[in-house]
Amino acid sequence: MLNDRDRIFTNLYGEGDWRLAGARARGGWDGTRAILERGRDGIIDEMKASGLRGRGGAGFPTGLKWSFMPKTSDGRPHYLVVNADESEPGTCKDREIMRNDPHLLVEGCLIASFAMGANVAYIYVRGEFIREADRLQAAIDEAYEARLIGKNNVHGYDFDLYVHRGAGAYICGEETALLESLEGKKGLPRLKPPFPANVGLWGCPTTVNNVESIAVAPTILRRGGAWFAGIGRPNNTGTKLFCISGHVNRPCTVEEEMGIPLRELIERHCGGVRGGWDNLLAVIPGGASVPLLPAHQCQELPMDFDTLRDLKSGLGTAAVIVMDKSTDLIKAIARLAYFYKHESCGQCTPCREGTGWMWRVLERMVRGEAEHREIDMLLNVTYQVEGHTICALGDAAAWPIQGLIRHFRHVIEARIDGRVAMLEAAE
Amino acid sequence: MAVRRLAEVQPDSFAFTADNVRWAEREIAKYPAGRQHSAVIALLGRAQQQHGGWLPEPAIRHVAGILDMPYIRALEIATFYTMFQLEPVGRIAHIAVCGTTPCMLRGAEDLKDICRHRIAHHPFEVSADGNFSWEEVECAGACVNAPMIQIGADTFEDLTPESFDALLDDLAAGRPVRHGPQIDRIMSAPEGGPTTLHDHHGPTRAARRPGAAAPAASPLTDAEAKEPTDAANLREKPSEAAEPMRLREPRNSAPDDLRRIAGIGARMVELLHGIGIYHFDQIAEWTPGNAAWIDHELSLRGRIKREDWVGKAKALAAGSGGKG
Repeated sequence: MLNDRDRIFTNLYGEGDWRLAGARARGGWDGTRAILERGRDGIIDEMKASGLRGRGGAGFPTGLKWSFMPKTSDGRPHYLVVNADESEPGTCKDREIMRNDPHLLVEGCLIASFAMGANVAYIYVRGEFIREADRLQAAIDEAYEARLIGKNNVHGYDFDLYVHRGAGAYICGEETALLESLEGKKGLPRLKPPFPANVGLWGCPTTVNNVESIAVAPTILRRGGAWFAGIGRPNNTGTKLFCISGHVNRPCTVEEEMGIPLRELIERHCGGVRGGWDNLLAVIPGGASVPLLPAHQCQELPMDFDTLRDLKSGLGTAAVIVMDKSTDLIKAIARLAYFYKHESCGQCTPCREGTGWMWRVLERMVRGEAEHREIDMLLNVTYQVEGHTICALGDAAAWPIQGLIRHFRHVIEARIDGRVAMLEAAE
Repeated sequence: MAVRRLAEVQPDSFAFTADNVRWAEREIAKYPAGRQHSAVIALLGRAQQQHGGWLPEPAIRHVAGILDMPYIRALEIATFYTMFQLEPVGRIAHIAVCGTTPCMLRGAEDLKDICRHRIAHHPFEVSADGNFSWEEVECAGACVNAPMIQIGADTFEDLTPESFDALLDDLAAGRPVRHGPQIDRIMSAPEGGPTTLHDHHGPTRAARRPGAAAPAASPLTDAEAKEPTDAANLREKPSEAAEPMRLREPRNSAPDDLRRIAGIGARMVELLHGIGIYHFDQIAEWTPGNAAWIDHELSLRGRIKREDWVGKAKALAAGSGGKG
């Protein structure tokens, strides 16, 4: 288990003071000027050495992402945009950072912006997080008041930070849709290239990072990339906020070491699977978008990017949705299919039409009102949606269904057969 | 996609109050000159708040006017983003029930049933007394506190049908309600008390639960908290761990190609070389204790056993003619 001394989010549950005084007592805003004095390259090299991979789901190396920003400005301003549009089903970690440790995020914004030559940053907070956005704004106001950020601040780097609120659209978590939304438009993802690092917010070089990626940066730079890299496993380093929901005895959010075995995570922090470990049916290990894993693959499962990718699933946002044997899996996945149908922005035909089609078929399968051949037809449609859309929402809609059919085809078949048998008996 | 239309009955006009006009100016100032469109979500949200929880068509026009944007662009925003209520909502509360899978697994369907019975059969329909309305929303981001509902800015978490019923009673009677978790729990910490951060919050927790035994640890001082630690070494070494045979350099300066062991990649080869493992026969001779030592040293979490490096190395060592 991760040692308390190696935890970054030491006020995760809001037991301490979230304000500036409390943040300082926990080590925040300490030596920030010295960190900036290491220079852009010094900071980026340290971030690369830490091995931090983006915490928003894709797991792209954060240091590398920062290095993509132009080294010198061509006259256009640079922007950092923090993605706090946390809405991947199962995920509720950034919420805890914003309401309980907001200064880690504010300090991280300053450091990351400096490393990318940005003097302005926006934090895009999902519309539903009203209290969280207020808390974050209060922390920003404190930082301005203490001249930690703003013009002529004590760190000698002019920096303005703003909170921008969304209004209920999952798609705005996609980075280019988020930029569109920030510009005051519908959240329709943009075709890439050009990538935001060249043409982003208002046509200017922009980097979009997840809240957790930014909030861990100050601690990494204070304690050293080697410290962070020493936790976890090679290529999957550091600590990570895990959100464990569903059929466990005590669901919770907890910071743990990358690569912690799933069973240890659940039994140590969540009081075990409801009804015992043997009652486990399946797990969605990384938020709604990743395919589920059946219990037999969960016995010795290290929770990290590479292991889960090799199992054709993913760590995603480390949102673990646990399902015990009482779960109607077809219904659970059908509900996710409805989610994607509801949240499709409608821009690309395969996704706009496909998500609704897949949901309707799955709803019939929940009741067994389908034919065996339709399982393959459904699978085929998921492949026609996957990879044929501008953004990854189409993929995200397809993967959970592929996971269901890959591992639990027999459940769908049994449901269909059961209904047929029932109808025959009625005759 | 969600199909969303404007209400049929609309008020004649809408205008921001003087306070809200000033508030809008501050919002617009967040963005560079000429980029005032960025404030459209904020202003529409404020208009909805001012108009009793729903957004009438004249308000959309009003906001488009303030931001100097085509009316259709503002209308697009209002219909695209689902937090804008396009029809009147309940006077006391509009209840957003999260229905996505994590909440569904823990009983969100029961909450929806209660809404159907107590408020109105259909979502977005105002109750007969005009006090309540409800809708099912997609994941509201409080999944470890499922099932949950949201009313305005406040979330009500860890609900049961009983506590939700009681909450509706309290709201209807105008009694004060407590937002956040509805069971004995600190935010997203496990019910019954956190399993982590005892070093930092031990005393606070002891004070919170007078009956509970006080944890021995005192809070870390600032200096202690920042002292670098080597996390990998903090883990206790497995007791049976025994250091295997290691070499200062490969024999005949010719290391075996360890990548032939399925599971070992270029990065792992570097790590193994770093601790003096160069040859198949070295790996083939590892006892379980040796494997545990390496496992600990390189934080492999059981990969050696899982991927059967020793067995594979034995085969390869035999194939390459043993030592040499």
